[in-house]
Order: sequence, then structure tokens, then C-alpha cells
Amino acid sequence: MNTINWTPFILSFKLAAVTTVILFFIALPTAWWLSRTRTRLKPAAEAITSLPIVLPPSVLGFYILWGLSINSPIGSFFNDLFGVQLVFNFTGLVIASCLYSFPFMVQPLQSGFESLNENMIEAAYIAGKSPVQTLFKVALPNIKPSLMTALIVTFAHTVGEFGVVLMVGGSIPGETKVASVAIYELVETMDYSTAHIYSAVMVAISFIVLLGVYIFNRYQKRKFGAFR
Amino acid sequence: MIAIDIRKPLAGSMGEMTLQVSIEIEEHAFVAIAGESGSGKTTLLRTVAGLEKADGKITVGDEIWLDAKSSLPPQKRKIGFVFQDYALFENMTILQNLLFVENDKTLATHLLNLTSLEELAHRHPATLSGGQKQRAALCRALMKRPKLLLMDEPLSALDPAMRTRLQFDILRLHKEFGTTSLMVSHDPSEIYRLADRVVVLDHGKIIQDGTPAEVLLKTAGSQKFSFKGELLDILKRDVIHIAVVAIGQQIVEVVLDEAEANTLSIGDIVTVSTKAFAPTISKA
Repeated sequence: MNTINWTPFILSFKLAAVTTVILFFIALPTAWWLSRTRTRLKPAAEAITSLPIVLPPSVLGFYILWGLSINSPIGSFFNDLFGVQLVFNFTGLVIASCLYSFPFMVQPLQSGFESLNENMIEAAYIAGKSPVQTLFKVALPNIKPSLMTALIVTFAHTVGEFGVVLMVGGSIPGETKVASVAIYELVETMDYSTAHIYSAVMVAISFIVLLGVYIFNRYQKRKFGAFR
Repeated sequence: MIAIDIRKPLAGSMGEMTLQVSIEIEEHAFVAIAGESGSGKTTLLRTVAGLEKADGKITVGDEIWLDAKSSLPPQKRKIGFVFQDYALFENMTILQNLLFVENDKTLATHLLNLTSLEELAHRHPATLSGGQKQRAALCRALMKRPKLLLMDEPLSALDPAMRTRLQFDILRLHKEFGTTSLMVSHDPSEIYRLADRVVVLDHGKIIQDGTPAEVLLKTAGSQKFSFKGELLDILKRDVIHIAVVAIGQQIVEVVLDEAEANTLSIGDIVTVSTKAFAPTISKA
């Protein structure tokens, strides 16, 4: 038990935390715009944001790997200007995770915004508030369960990521070897006892996180839900 | 003086039509907008608020809110708006709802006192009754001291006793704040009590415009009283016919002769009126 190396877990949670924070700021305006827009391009925009749910991780991983490598315009731009390589390191994992988990942040927020009483938003505009003020003072505080779902599901989904991470990050200990990849390697090398412990830890943590979300949402529904 | 002259194509429940309204409203007036559902009342109100786009011109005093070149956003129009479903900010207490509009605690307290809501100031909207919520929404609409108070069927979700109470509050606040008020309403007694002018819309056009007495009292010529009703049945008794008519919640019988009976059919909307006799009135 005391020989367990916790580094892959710490890396997984660090990756999930960074991804969740970055995605919140990218997905919030996206979800707000998607919920408000009347443009004919909305279905196309929604389809693009949902792509990562449908695509096999290998497809997504392949494109991200290609897109971030120094052979592509983006990769060479970062390499030439900042001397930063975007693949097979933690930065690359964060970029890949943000793309991979994007819909898990956007969709709960968007459906939360769409369920809001339209008149409440209009009342804020009539009160003289800008769309940005309305978003932060009225819309967001009234979709707390959706916000919580978005944050936790994004976090959990990033922790549970495997295929994309393996393709973009490889398995460099302390840099890109997250828990899911570590378990895969343990199974491959037939170290079943450690694989058991790692897997059990993942199951326990995931369960506790999800339990927390559902308890929070039940509490929120009791507070506001009955009147919706 | 508020001058509204707007055109807007509408895809209503009755098919395509054009909302085309041109009216001038005196300052401090209380105008009721009536008409069948789907006649464009709510759209008219929302256009004045800047929540809907339209062609034409809206001027309020010396300010231009809408013309061919520009449209002032709702944020910049000095309006208060009361929605049928209250639309209070659920995440804030009643007091916070008011202060969110304008951070003026004196005015907020004054308004809450006027509407007997002071004890509910720190409650959230979800814990209030419909009547309390609508009073809070009315207070919120007045926090900017609006030039124009717009109300979209504010009382139609409330029971009759609560309506009467709210009508009193609306009238008092309208007078105290010196606003010009525009209210969509279906209820003749409400219009009679509150408004000094009624505009009736039909298919997006104004078909009647006058005082509540002129528009709502449905008598013509020498008729003493007159009611609209639905013909439910025609009964034949010996040589006469009796029409059974539903007027509001009442059923009445009217004697017809053969010729009259032949021109009517069940389901017709009819007018029952009399001119020869003076009606008597007594306490029910």
C-alpha cells in the first residue's frame, strides 16, 4: 500500500482542474450566445460544439496531434515564436482536454440558460442592465444546478479521459502519464494488484464526486425547483 | 406627449397580418389596450419597450425612441414594464429586486410601504403568493421613475379579490409617480376603473378609440341596455318561440315570433336589448 505512486492521480486532477477553469471562461460566452442567438447558423454552431461527444477519441486525438505538431501552422507558430512544443507535454494535454471536454461544459450551461424565463432577462434589460451584467447578475445565479453540473461533469470527464490523452501526451511519468494511462500500462505489464488499487481509487473518487453533485442539485431543487 | 406610429408584420394565430398603429397619448394619461387575443396588443407594448423591432417612429416628449435611422435599446428607454408572469429575479430578495434596478433605498422602502410589502422585503420571490409577486413587480417597474409604465395583462393570473386590491395599487402609484401608463387588459370593469382612454385593436389595427364609457357601454341609439350573448336554444311553445341566450354567467329567455326564429340559428352571437321600459336596479 505504501508503495503506491500517487503522481498519476495528482496529474489527472491537476489536468481536470486546469481544463475546467479554462473551459468555464470559454464555454460561458459560447453557451450564452447559443441560448440567445436567432441566427440561422445556430444548428451548425451546435453541431460543431457537440462533435467531440460523437467522434472516436482516436480521431480527435489524431487531429489534435497533427494540429499541434510542429508540422502544422499552429504548432510551428508556437515553436518559432515562443519555442514551445505543444505535444507530448502537459500544455498539449490541457489543449486536447479543452477540445475534448468542451461540449460537456457548453451543453448544461446552454440548456440552463434556455430554461430561464425570457421575461426575466428582458426585465433586466429594461432595468438598464447590459447583456454582460444580465449574464452574471441574473442568468448565471438562476441556473446554479446547471452550472454545478457543467463544472463537475467537465472535471469528471477530463479525469476519465484516456484515448485522446494517450495519443497527444503519450505516457511520460510526471508530465503526461495520468491515472487512466497508468492503469492501462499496469494491465499491459500484468501488474494486476496495483491496477486493482488504482482502479478502485478511481471508482471511489468518481462516485463521491457524482454523489456530491446529485445531493447539491436535490438541495437546490428543494430551494427553488418547486416554483419553476 | 407620446407619439407612436409603427408598422410591423406579424405571423399570428390568425395568419399573416400587419400591426399598424398610430396614436398620440397625452402625458399622465392612463390608456388601456383591449382586443381579441392575437390582435397585436402585446406586440404593441413590446415594441414601445424596445423588445421588438418595428418600422416607424416613436417619440416621447422631445426624445426619439424609434425612427428610420435608429432604435433606442430597452436599456435607454425610460420605461417600467410589468409582465403577466411577474418575471422577478428569483435569485434576489424582493428588496434586492428593487435595488437592482436603481440603488435608491429610500424609494424602494417607500414603494414597499405603499404596497404593504415591507415585511416581505427580505423574502425570495418563490415564497410569495401571486398577488404579492405582482405588487413587488409593480414596485420594481417604478424604481427608475419611468416616463412610461407598460403593463401586459398584469392582473389576469390573479383571483378577483386580489385584482381589485392591485387595481387600487396601480392607480395610486400611477398618480403618485405621474407616469403615463399603457396597460393591456381584457377585463371591462378593470378598464373602466383605471383607464381614461381605451384603444381597441383588431387584426393589428385600431378599431375603437375613446373613453371607457364610450367604448365599453354597448348601447346604441335609444337603447336603455344591451347585452351580447350566445344563442343556446330556440324552444317552440304553442304559437311563440323562446330563445335561450347565455349572457356572461346568466341564462335568459327572450320571446321571438316565427319570422325572427327563422332568421336565427343556434350558436349565433346575438344582442339582447330593450328600449321601451326603464330597467330597475336593486341590491342583489
